[in-house]
Amino acid sequence: MATEALKSKDFVTDQDVRWCPGCGDYSILKQVQQVMADSGRDPQDIVFISGIGCAARFPYYMETYGMHGIHGRAPALASGLKAINKDLSVWVVTGDGDCLSIGGNHFIHLLRRNFDLNLLLFNNEIYGLTKGQYSPTSPLGRRTGSSPMGVIDTPFRPMELAFGAKGTFIARSMDRDPKHLREVLQHADDHMGTSFVEIYQNCNVFNDGAFFTFTEKATKKQNALFLTQGEPLVFGENEEWGVRLNDLRPEIVSLEQYSKNDLWIHDAKDRFKATVLCQFDDLKNGEIPYPRPFGVIYQEERPTYEDQLENLHNQAVIEKGSGKLDQLLAGSRVWEIM
Amino acid sequence: MALTIKEDVTVLFAGDSGDGMQLTGNMFTDTHAHFGNDLSTFPNFPAEIRAPQGSLAGVSGFQIRFGSIEIFTPGDACDVLVAMNAAALKTNLHSLKNSGTIIANSSGFDSKNLRLAGYENNPLESGELSGYQLYIIDVTKLTRTALSESGLGQKDIDRTKNMFVLGFLLWMFDRSPDGPTEFINQKFKKNEPVRTANLNVLAAGYNYGETTNTFTSRYTVKPARLAPGKYRSVNGNQALSLGLVAASEQSGLQLFYGSYPITPASTLLHYLSSYKNFNVKTFQAEDEIAAVCSAIGASFGGALGVTGSSGPGVALKGEAIGLAMILELPLIICNIQRGGPSTGLPTKTEQSDLFQAYYGRNGEAPIPVISSRSPSDCFWAALEASRIAIEHMTPVMLLSDGYIANGSEPWKFPNTKDLPGITPPLARPGQRDEKYLPYDRDEKLVRKWAIPGMEGLIHRIGGLEKEEKTGNVSYDPVNHENMVKIRAKRVEIIADSIPAQELDSGSPGGDLLVIGWGSTYGVIKAAVKQALAKGHAVAHAHLRYLNPFPKNLFELMSSYDKILIPEMNSGQLKHLLQGRYLIPIEGMNKIRGIPFTSKEIEEKIDSILS
Repeated sequence: MATEALKSKDFVTDQDVRWCPGCGDYSILKQVQQVMADSGRDPQDIVFISGIGCAARFPYYMETYGMHGIHGRAPALASGLKAINKDLSVWVVTGDGDCLSIGGNHFIHLLRRNFDLNLLLFNNEIYGLTKGQYSPTSPLGRRTGSSPMGVIDTPFRPMELAFGAKGTFIARSMDRDPKHLREVLQHADDHMGTSFVEIYQNCNVFNDGAFFTFTEKATKKQNALFLTQGEPLVFGENEEWGVRLNDLRPEIVSLEQYSKNDLWIHDAKDRFKATVLCQFDDLKNGEIPYPRPFGVIYQEERPTYEDQLENLHNQAVIEKGSGKLDQLLAGSRVWEIM
Repeated sequence: MALTIKEDVTVLFAGDSGDGMQLTGNMFTDTHAHFGNDLSTFPNFPAEIRAPQGSLAGVSGFQIRFGSIEIFTPGDACDVLVAMNAAALKTNLHSLKNSGTIIANSSGFDSKNLRLAGYENNPLESGELSGYQLYIIDVTKLTRTALSESGLGQKDIDRTKNMFVLGFLLWMFDRSPDGPTEFINQKFKKNEPVRTANLNVLAAGYNYGETTNTFTSRYTVKPARLAPGKYRSVNGNQALSLGLVAASEQSGLQLFYGSYPITPASTLLHYLSSYKNFNVKTFQAEDEIAAVCSAIGASFGGALGVTGSSGPGVALKGEAIGLAMILELPLIICNIQRGGPSTGLPTKTEQSDLFQAYYGRNGEAPIPVISSRSPSDCFWAALEASRIAIEHMTPVMLLSDGYIANGSEPWKFPNTKDLPGITPPLARPGQRDEKYLPYDRDEKLVRKWAIPGMEGLIHRIGGLEKEEKTGNVSYDPVNHENMVKIRAKRVEIIADSIPAQELDSGSPGGDLLVIGWGSTYGVIKAAVKQALAKGHAVAHAHLRYLNPFPKNLFELMSSYDKILIPEMNSGQLKHLLQGRYLIPIEGMNKIRGIPFTSKEIEEKIDSILS
């Protein structure tokens, strides 16, 4: 165990960080290092696992155990690791192509199984490492190197997908709000089960400003909806807007006409409300899009895969006794030749 | 009635896939195994779980050869063919010996069954089977009569008719029904009506033989002179699973098996998932890639990671196997081969994935390749594959095939205290100020295995080319070439710790060396035995180690005038050996989804040496 409190610099490796200058990944790395230090965990009990892509370089920059795997397969690598050693703190770092395209199958199965690990999706709505092709989260019509006339594939909404895949912790944050990101990561770390965190990450080379509406001072307050457990849904430059539930429909209302008591109170444990929150990305109030939710959208307590697996093993030992290899080799019917 | 004593007998049970022929065959096998016969079995079933009843595609067969002599194969041709319906007769008559015995269930030869099997006339009545001893029994009717008072529905009653056949066969071969009785008592202990019904029908079948005077021939096969010791019956996938568990115990490592169901490898997952009271974890992954990756993740975490599949699944695992190779982590990939390419012949056997095992990855990614030669040998092959994977920190391809995976034989199982130990090259948890170099190596070019959670050994590994010793990402041209050579050398060096290639039969030097690998063992052994008896200067070498080859292999091959390699492919081992040793080799190839017969190989040997 760590003998003295660690600082974020204790999680910095001797490797040069090779992301493009100005990349959103730098901020995420810094916040993750801080959260690791704050967690009080011994670095030797932490493992970062990644697939392929810009985000996947992450393990090389974390002074913990780490594996840089192959494209899309980090969830599967992490599942095997967690299945045989439940005491490790395991973090999967992935991007929108790695996680939702080539690794989409592993992503959904990881979530339904609910291993106790954390998956950080760096969503920049573009392929960076392969130099600017559209990704499964690129918006319709976006012109990229591989879509010169615009994207025609309807994008995934990662949170919606995670929810459909029976995820037990679904949250969103952004690279340009360090405090919020640290808080969300902290919640993710605390959650027992697979914590899915979508992080809006700016790719300043191939998709600069994709999320500026939500991350920049001028527009952030008007367009980003920061969720706090037990608090009403309010947003706007001066918190002048709120969201209320009118039967099944979320409704944007002015706080000049309504009081905060009329508003939707955020409850991440409420499955129905989470379903609706996951729809916000596609909803519009006339021509104006709904504010985009950030924070912990959904959280559910469900037994983890590794705990259930361990229970099965304990139960087998109770029923059959601890395995004896000689008995197993002999099987149930033995005969002897003299 | 005369009781004819025979040295060996081959029986083929054939029926609709719903007729329970596999179970009947297994129970019949078990009885003879316990009696002390040597034996070998060959289940042969259709890809469809329930093909249309009575159709040719739906025929399921179970062949068993048992003897008082050593048995190496399930038999080239059968002495007794049990045909539960017309389709079963049609598809299997070709494998019955001249004047062999047919036991036909007449209810399975009604007009519908005849039409489905493509018979214009009923062969049981047309005289076309006059060259055989034909016994017609209305099994369905006799079963229904035996259970007329059972209170069971007709469907349940009809499902027990295989027990009538079993009872009758036990009488015919002078075996007590005690074993099957015990089995039925166990299997149906929670379902009294079904238990009683099966026992009654089993007895009815036995008594039918006893009380009917129609049957003039009854046979008995004396126990074989097997080596003294304790035996059990085992099939290939069962033995392979046991070998993996043994490797886990011998190495002290947790066993992790990640797999996705595929024929004929699925039963590995069934067996291993039932060993939960051992240090064995199984994981049914979402696909083949996740299966191998979860195993790699487990190995990274300090377990023995294993994945199992067949050719199509192994193709999907290729990239991940390359990852395990460049990471230098232990991993076993079991390929239970089947007929290819693509989906190919899922339930049929072939040895056509040797090239895939050698070359089926991008870049230069050599890995050791081990093969098993018989059902019980799968145990030893798995144990040896594990030893190499762990002690050399490398993925190992373990080749079996559908023929031995499903086939069974008596196995003189080992005592665990006689099993070899396996020593994982674990890094020693050190002080925080000591720098651990993940790709520093010992004299065998093996790196030390540091496991997450270990103190002072924090490091990162990955699929990018790495700098020697530090493991840091490196694009340096000289380093890359050096690393490629080191990884190749790491496999070659294993040849230092494997036994020299021995002859299975015959003497060093001579006219002909027959080389085999995998499941052709039994047929080659039987054929060479015959050839030796004829006085030919022939020998048989069967390879367990396909990569690297044993160091003395070239010398051994050079001591013969000619070399023959029978393979169930177009000549893959032949190609590898010729390429490596520049030595002429004659291939003998069968790519029909069914094994060689020993007769075929014997004739080939004769033709080469005449």
